[in-house]
Amino acid sequence: MRKVMTGHKAVAEAMRQIEPDVVAVYPITPQSEIAEYYAQYVHDGVVHSELVPVESEHSAMSACVGAAAAGARVMTATSSQGLALMVEVLYIAAGMRLPIVMALANRSLSAPINIHCDHADAYLARDAGAFQIFCESAQEAYDYTLIAQRVAEHDRVRIPGIVNLDGFTLTHTSQVVEPLEDEVAKKFVGPFQAVHPLLDVDHPVSWGTFAMPDYYFELKRAQQAAIEEAAGVFLEVQRAYASLTRRRYAGFIEPYRMDDAERAVVVMGSTAGTAKVAVDALREKGDKVGVLKVWLYRPFPYAEVAQALAKVRAVAILDRAFSFGALGALYSDVAAALAHSKLRPTLANYIYGLGGRDVTVDQILRAFAELKEARPETRLRYLGLRE
Amino acid sequence: MKEIRWHGRGGQGAKTASQILAQINLREGKFVQSFPEFGPERSGAPMRAYNRISDAEIRVHSAVYSPDITVVVDETLLEAERPWEGLQDGGTLVVNTSCAAEEIRERTGYAGRIVTLDAERIAREKGTGFANIPMLGAVAAVLGTPWQLVEEEVRETMGKRISAEMLAKNIAALRTAYDAAKEATDDR
Repeated sequence: MRKVMTGHKAVAEAMRQIEPDVVAVYPITPQSEIAEYYAQYVHDGVVHSELVPVESEHSAMSACVGAAAAGARVMTATSSQGLALMVEVLYIAAGMRLPIVMALANRSLSAPINIHCDHADAYLARDAGAFQIFCESAQEAYDYTLIAQRVAEHDRVRIPGIVNLDGFTLTHTSQVVEPLEDEVAKKFVGPFQAVHPLLDVDHPVSWGTFAMPDYYFELKRAQQAAIEEAAGVFLEVQRAYASLTRRRYAGFIEPYRMDDAERAVVVMGSTAGTAKVAVDALREKGDKVGVLKVWLYRPFPYAEVAQALAKVRAVAILDRAFSFGALGALYSDVAAALAHSKLRPTLANYIYGLGGRDVTVDQILRAFAELKEARPETRLRYLGLRE
Repeated sequence: MKEIRWHGRGGQGAKTASQILAQINLREGKFVQSFPEFGPERSGAPMRAYNRISDAEIRVHSAVYSPDITVVVDETLLEAERPWEGLQDGGTLVVNTSCAAEEIRERTGYAGRIVTLDAERIAREKGTGFANIPMLGAVAAVLGTPWQLVEEEVRETMGKRISAEMLAKNIAALRTAYDAAKEATDDR
């Protein structure tokens, strides 16, 4: 049944249906509502999860690691500085191959302090070893929370997963969401199978061990294999979800009106929707333009991105955060994807929407207009910036 | 797609009215968005809230800059915020005021449709105290939403939070505003 709910409520509903054994969480704007909704579910006896109200995000992720190693299904959620505090332990969760799924209500990083949306927090966790999904809408945030849980727990994967949803723009906007019935969602996610749980005292194991130069490298190589496996598993789970729900989810990326596109923007998160509106307006006038939305950011779908952009003349890659001293992080990935293509589009890199700067259809139209004149260059451009 | 921008002050319930409106529109089978202007929430400070209503999926995620309907919950914002700016020429300006529409036209210079409603007085007379619910009724009437859906949704949403007596008062305030705005809308 279709309902009106915020992105936060949509994520909390998915978490309620997943009903993890342990949720360890510390509130931070804009994520706090997820923690509040879940605490309410626990209080009301709607779920039987152990809610651990920790004293910081470092402790939240540490509790998640302990609980996951003990053999529990574990979830958390955070934003911005909270993720920054978690990152030390997030690397450990990934290295220990613990399938902890978290919602990341995307928010800028300090200083100056700002509570609004950009993707600096997601980029901060980019190399931590968690797979990352970006969502365009509250519906996607709900759907991909269920999908992420199954991907993370798959026996070929077993790494943490991050589901990104734009702070305020998605988390605090009431919009139409069609959740699954509880039984259907629960059946889709399936029961949790702990692997070598610490609490299985009949089969004692060691977790979080030391590795000298003779083994560290091989263990990290195995971790890279695991996140590469996450790509294939993501497709399998996404396909199962699409056939269950009839939602049009197919692939790591979503091409929108790309078939004969001469110009395109590559973008992640809610801005993909705004870009689609810009594309519709330009198509009305006969312009051949399209949007390439990236759902799966890590592991990055190099081959699929290269194929989708192979015939495009000029491409604007939109980054919602600086990678200070370098071009944007998404730009660098897309450029790498195209490095071996014979037909290479001219690329432009835009930084946009920092600290909640409103992202408008006009800004995307400007990027498309500038792409008409795009020349090969290595510099940053900006959308919505006063200069 | 219809776009609505609400102008109120923190604590007056514009955000709540915007959210209830989204629920009402869902009952009509519409796609909706409802969100406040994201920023510090301070009691008494000017704030905005937005609605989008469409037959198709809503993809745009920006604020609303060229609304079809602008709702002024607090009359003092007419001078402070110039809320009619960006309002479409063929749009509707809905103002909570005891003044006549022509007086608001003089003060704002807005040439499109102006619907005035003394929501303060309605709220006072019905004993509810808040202007947001009468303003919600007025906006629903301007949108042409059937009364039955408005009443059903308000009963369901507010019925969980307030007493039966207070709910009845709110429904009465809502109905008075809905009828008055419908009449004012039909006139032109």
